Amino acid sequence: MKIIIMGCGRVGARFASLMDEEGHEVTVLDNDTYSFRRLPPSFGGTALFGNGIDEEALKRAGIEEADIFVALTQGDNRNVMSCQIAKHIFNVPRVMCRIYDPLREEMYSALGMETISPTKVFAQLLKEKIEKVEAKAED
Amino acid sequence: MYIIVVGGGRLGYYLLKALLNEGHEVLVLEKDARICKTITDELGSVCFRGDGCEAATLAEVGTGRADMLVAVTGDDEDNLVSCQVAKHKHNVPRTIARLRNPQNAALFKKLGVDVTISTTDIILEAIEREVPTHPATQLLTIDEKGLVIVDVKISSESTTVGKAVKELSLPKESKLALIIPHEGSAHVPAANTVLKAGDQIIAVTSPETKEALQAALRGI
Repeated sequence: MKIIIMGCGRVGARFASLMDEEGHEVTVLDNDTYSFRRLPPSFGGTALFGNGIDEEALKRAGIEEADIFVALTQGDNRNVMSCQIAKHIFNVPRVMCRIYDPLREEMYSALGMETISPTKVFAQLLKEKIEKVEAKAED
Repeated sequence: MYIIVVGGGRLGYYLLKALLNEGHEVLVLEKDARICKTITDELGSVCFRGDGCEAATLAEVGTGRADMLVAVTGDDEDNLVSCQVAKHKHNVPRTIARLRNPQNAALFKKLGVDVTISTTDIILEAIEREVPTHPATQLLTIDEKGLVIVDVKISSESTTVGKAVKELSLPKESKLALIIPHEGSAHVPAANTVLKAGDQIIAVTSPETKEALQAALRGI
């Protein structure tokens, strides 16, 4: 599958190398080439300099043939905008968006976007871990 | 009208002043505390410190009863999200977004932003109007109908000089509205009207056929 990842931060770089190892065709897009240092030397995909909310840059990354688009920059709004470009202009079959702000995440999820809020997921995870420890202590 | 302006930069500031002068109820949302204080010190409590993209902030300032939200921050993505939150969470009837990248206009319209304004496009239109050698000028855009009104100048090099209007192969979507000759008064073109060098033709057309119309009228 052809996967485009916007944002080569810690998550973006790690996710890119995971998908690359699985044999997918991966392109990572970032507007700071220094971010590409996070990619492992074994990375066999493409690292491309460009702004993910610019249609031209997305085209250069091959968005017209992409099966999956994932937005993982630090900015919620940038992620939201690039995902909407991928979904509504380029009709990418699967578009995934990271949105830190849970309220914004709920709204865009209601609008039909596939969204993940790390804030919500991590808080929930912590809660579950602590509850597990407490349950064990009670036994 | 209750108007919310997102972004207290220079554009937001002057917009706020102008709208207050017109007697509207206006509130600026600005993230930066310093900018917010400057505005409040000068104009009173018309600036609220907060993120205009957050539904909670917008709820706090009563966006539910706002007639209009204008997003004029320097970032297209922030303006888009602000308008979308206003529209979908608070049912604001009109949203206006400022664009940095003129290419985003189509996307914003598709995503429900009512009006987009691109400074790049406005300056470009002004240049076209100012440069007399430019053969075609876009005078007006009628968004609802998908039409534009253009002004095409016929020069002495145009191969259509001396031809009648009915001999021109104009695109289907276009209509000639008026001919303003170099000398004499303006007249409505008929099928037999002959084009002369120096004529200025005002026509209605779709944005897609603008180039074709210009080519048909000038023959170059």
